[in-house]
Amino acid sequence: MMVPLQWYLILSAALFCLGLYGALVRRNGIAILMGVELMLNAVNVNLLAFWRYTEPAAATGQAFAAFVYVVAAAEVAVGLALVVATYRTHGTVVLEDIDLLKG
Amino acid sequence: MTLQQILFFIFGAISLGAGVGVVTARKLFHAALWLLLAFFGVAGLYVLLEAPFFAAAQLFVYMGAIGILIIFAIMLTRGMMRQRHPRANRQWWLAGILAALFLATFVRLAWQGPWTAPAGPVPENSLGLLGLTLVDPGGFALPFEVASVLLVVALIGAVTIVRER
Amino acid sequence: MEFLSNLIVNIGVWIKGLLVGGGVAEHGAALVVKAIGAVVVGFFPLMVVVFLIWAYRKIAARMQGRLGPNSSGTWAGPYGILQTFADAIKMLTKEDIRPQGVDLIPYNLAPILVVFASVMVWAVIPFGPGRGLIGADLSIGIFYILAFSSAALIVFLMAGWSSNNKYATVGAFRAVAQLIGYEIPQLLAVLAVVMVTGSLSTQDIVGSQDVIFLVTLPVSAIIFFLASMAEINARPFELLEAESELVCGYFVEYSGMKFGMFYLAEFMNSVAVAAIFTTLFLGGWRGPWVDQAPILGTVWFLVKMGAVIFLWMLIQITLPRLRIDQMLAFNWKFLVPLALVNLCVVGLVNKGTTEGFPGGASAWTRGSILLGANLAMILATWGMLAVGERQARRRREAWQAAQAGELEVVV
Repeated sequence: MMVPLQWYLILSAALFCLGLYGALVRRNGIAILMGVELMLNAVNVNLLAFWRYTEPAAATGQAFAAFVYVVAAAEVAVGLALVVATYRTHGTVVLEDIDLLKG
Repeated sequence: MTLQQILFFIFGAISLGAGVGVVTARKLFHAALWLLLAFFGVAGLYVLLEAPFFAAAQLFVYMGAIGILIIFAIMLTRGMMRQRHPRANRQWWLAGILAALFLATFVRLAWQGPWTAPAGPVPENSLGLLGLTLVDPGGFALPFEVASVLLVVALIGAVTIVRER
Repeated sequence: MEFLSNLIVNIGVWIKGLLVGGGVAEHGAALVVKAIGAVVVGFFPLMVVVFLIWAYRKIAARMQGRLGPNSSGTWAGPYGILQTFADAIKMLTKEDIRPQGVDLIPYNLAPILVVFASVMVWAVIPFGPGRGLIGADLSIGIFYILAFSSAALIVFLMAGWSSNNKYATVGAFRAVAQLIGYEIPQLLAVLAVVMVTGSLSTQDIVGSQDVIFLVTLPVSAIIFFLASMAEINARPFELLEAESELVCGYFVEYSGMKFGMFYLAEFMNSVAVAAIFTTLFLGGWRGPWVDQAPILGTVWFLVKMGAVIFLWMLIQITLPRLRIDQMLAFNWKFLVPLALVNLCVVGLVNKGTTEGFPGGASAWTRGSILLGANLAMILATWGMLAVGERQARRRREAWQAAQAGELEVVV
């Protein structure tokens, strides 16, 4: 293991911030979900890196990473269902145009 | 520079470059393809971290399931694809500053942290250990069951939401 | 004799010795040998496929009372054995037509990736005992195969979408709907095997088959075989590219060698599925006299794989296509529930046999108990199907009688 832990942390931080930027900036609902997926991936890299570098003998870090997978799958299923339902009822997936509650 | 470091840079560059593609691509379908490439790069990182199960799960769950779901959603809402929208909203500079601040903080923290060298090798049967931990009542048995319930609820919810009445 | 008995490993050792003798560093030599191994493993399916396409056309022709490729016309070897090469040359020299408005990068990447995914699967198929005759004995072996075949679905969407053709897009939709659907019973059947083995490594799965799993887990084997028939798009489930109904599915717009690569990947996938079936259910390389001569394991493996491919061909050539609704109903209403029940039963029985016998049950006791449970499951399934069939027939007859009665009243 020649790669220092910092490298993994910085990489995952960069990936997380890219995802954050995407989620904040994009107007299309699906693109926002893609940003969220990138963030979840970055979190998983972090979890596995910490597992590998601090306590590889215990499976705790891996277990958490597995739960992140479950959450990501659930999130994307419901999120995309919402986007598709919105497209059916409003005819748009641009989230700024969905302003029924704006009065 | 060792082989592992070279591989780290290759996979890191793949995932970061593809991540940039995800947030800047003009066509949504291209953004989805970039996202898949980013997933692949992250899978390579998992291999470097000696977590092969998670690398395969990354291919299986993210590329095989989530990626396909996203592309399906893009195709189902493809009336949107024809219209010319600016791809970013008006607060893009604010979001950029926020993301840069986050990045600066994270990098600073990561650089200062009291990290040590790896604490020993990965046990031979780390996969079996993970399985036992997940179903051990003293370990993660309850979260594991809750996670499966969450998945079922999410799937039923998704079906209910998109169902045509 | 010593050299011959473990041929392939010894060739690797020999090349490495040659390189080290020639002044190459130890690491470099190991890397070169590994690279050669990777090329060999990658080319193996290609070589098999070239032969397989010819064999398939020949067998299909014989079953349909034709001659198949032969040497009339231009010379193509005895029995037309070089026909595949002639076809390949034809495809390579054909004009590469690119329709207007295609999305260039995904369009050109898709045929490459589809072949890539089919080749990658071969890395963990064990051709023989030990570490020498397998690409890489990963601890996640079979999961790696499933992951790659699942991730490969993206390629169909890429091809279909980027072709800028609505038939291709619809074909891609259908392909993914079918393949994702049939992945579930396939996965559940593999899971039953993994539970009995206690390991995901393909080499361990082969090693634990003192009694082959086709005998001890027949339900899993049948489910896996049917599901993989659908996965490789073989005839009863051949709805991805039903030539007469759907033009050609997701790769309508491809021509020349790009089309050839899709065709190649399809055949390579069928060989890969046969190899996986052999590994999971037929005991892989195990057979008599393998202990004395490990190279014999490769022969056994190829013989078993050939038998599976032949069975696949027989079914593919004999049966007509299903309708898409029949195919989806067969998956979701029959295979998936059966696979779930099978998983529960095998899990319980396996737990019972490992814990129930003090000191552990022998392979034969365990196998026979598992076989008994499987037979009971088959009987129960068959009974339920028979009851359902009878009810459906009664309902149909009642309906017909009512129809006839109404007609009489009207008349």
